[in-house]
Amino acid sequence: MIEKPQQNELAIDCFLLAGRIMMESGAETYRVEDTMLRMARSQNMNDAQSYVTPTGIIFSLGKTQPTRISAISTRVTDLHRIALVNNVSRKLTSHIITLEEAYDELNTIQKTNYFLPVTLQVLAASFASISFLILFGGIWGDMPAAFIAGGVGQYVVMVMQKLSRVKFFSEFVATLGVGMVASLALYFGYGTQIDKIIIGSVMPLVPGLLITNAVRDLMAGHFTAGMAKGAEAFLTAFAIGAGIALVMAW
Amino acid sequence: MEYIIQMIFSFIATACFGVIFNAPVKAIPYCGIVGSIGWIIYYQLGINGVDEVKASFAGAFVVAILAMALARKFRMPMIIYSVSGIIPLVPGGVAYNTMRNIVELDYALGMQNGMRVFMISGAIAMGLVFAEVIMQILFRMLRKGKTSIQSFIKVKR
Repeated sequence: MIEKPQQNELAIDCFLLAGRIMMESGAETYRVEDTMLRMARSQNMNDAQSYVTPTGIIFSLGKTQPTRISAISTRVTDLHRIALVNNVSRKLTSHIITLEEAYDELNTIQKTNYFLPVTLQVLAASFASISFLILFGGIWGDMPAAFIAGGVGQYVVMVMQKLSRVKFFSEFVATLGVGMVASLALYFGYGTQIDKIIIGSVMPLVPGLLITNAVRDLMAGHFTAGMAKGAEAFLTAFAIGAGIALVMAW
Repeated sequence: MEYIIQMIFSFIATACFGVIFNAPVKAIPYCGIVGSIGWIIYYQLGINGVDEVKASFAGAFVVAILAMALARKFRMPMIIYSVSGIIPLVPGGVAYNTMRNIVELDYALGMQNGMRVFMISGAIAMGLVFAEVIMQILFRMLRKGKTSIQSFIKVKR
């Protein structure tokens, strides 16, 4: 597998970028490792090694080749990007496109914003909140309160995340908003069961998915990743609990 | 009637989470279907007196199998369907209660609820992983022709 050095540099750049986009979009750790190794093997680089954690990726092409790392600071859930990267890697491994074309496509994916408009996401959170209200045994009369509270929570999280880098602060403020809307609704007589309203409307924020993914990583043997995700989930849950408790204490 | 309401609302909840998680637009209805089937299984088992840990395991198992079938059909990673599909099963309400108990300094109840969260999320993760492993073994056997039907056909020839 001794090739030109530029070719190796490009290959490492390409594989690291693919892994990085996937990890930033919330893919599972073992899938990221698997994708990077598959892409490397399709280019006749059989000695490749990858070590993936939620905060950084280390990738090497073998003994005599350079090793590179890539740090990851932001983590969101963006399934569209995962699907696109998967598509690129599928095309590369079946030799439909070359390494250069794959790198160009990955760069385009990295630069484009695939998120749906903000209003649509807030509306989705509102509808999810009323659905969870009914699923958890709430009553129909509480639906308007849950609709508004869920939308407010999602909107505040998105605005605060743009303003501050601290994820947990924005979650704290958002649950503060949810709690305030719920207790105001109760005060003016538009709601009856405050607990059900709050549980329904914080569901879009609650880290249930993160907890499940953490356990899954632990079972797959990725103890570093599992512990990191578990800590993140714990902090998120703590921020949400603190926000609600502050409103309740009033 | 109750089933129809539960099915409709779990479909809406899962599809809305598909929007929040930014799933590809054409996959969102299928995410909703996967989530609502998983929830109906959980709900039915809950009515019949099965405890929530086992019910979550069964729901997640079915969600994973459906997600895998859809992933193969549409050539997309399985995570797109499974992530949205397990959302109704995920113990968000209990996690919230745990944290509220702890910030209100009721540690005993908080610990109890915390263990419930851990058990339920562990059961969901196990359901997903088991389904994946079993299907992988099955496919490998099919490819090598080691299932009973295929070896029977070979012997007959």
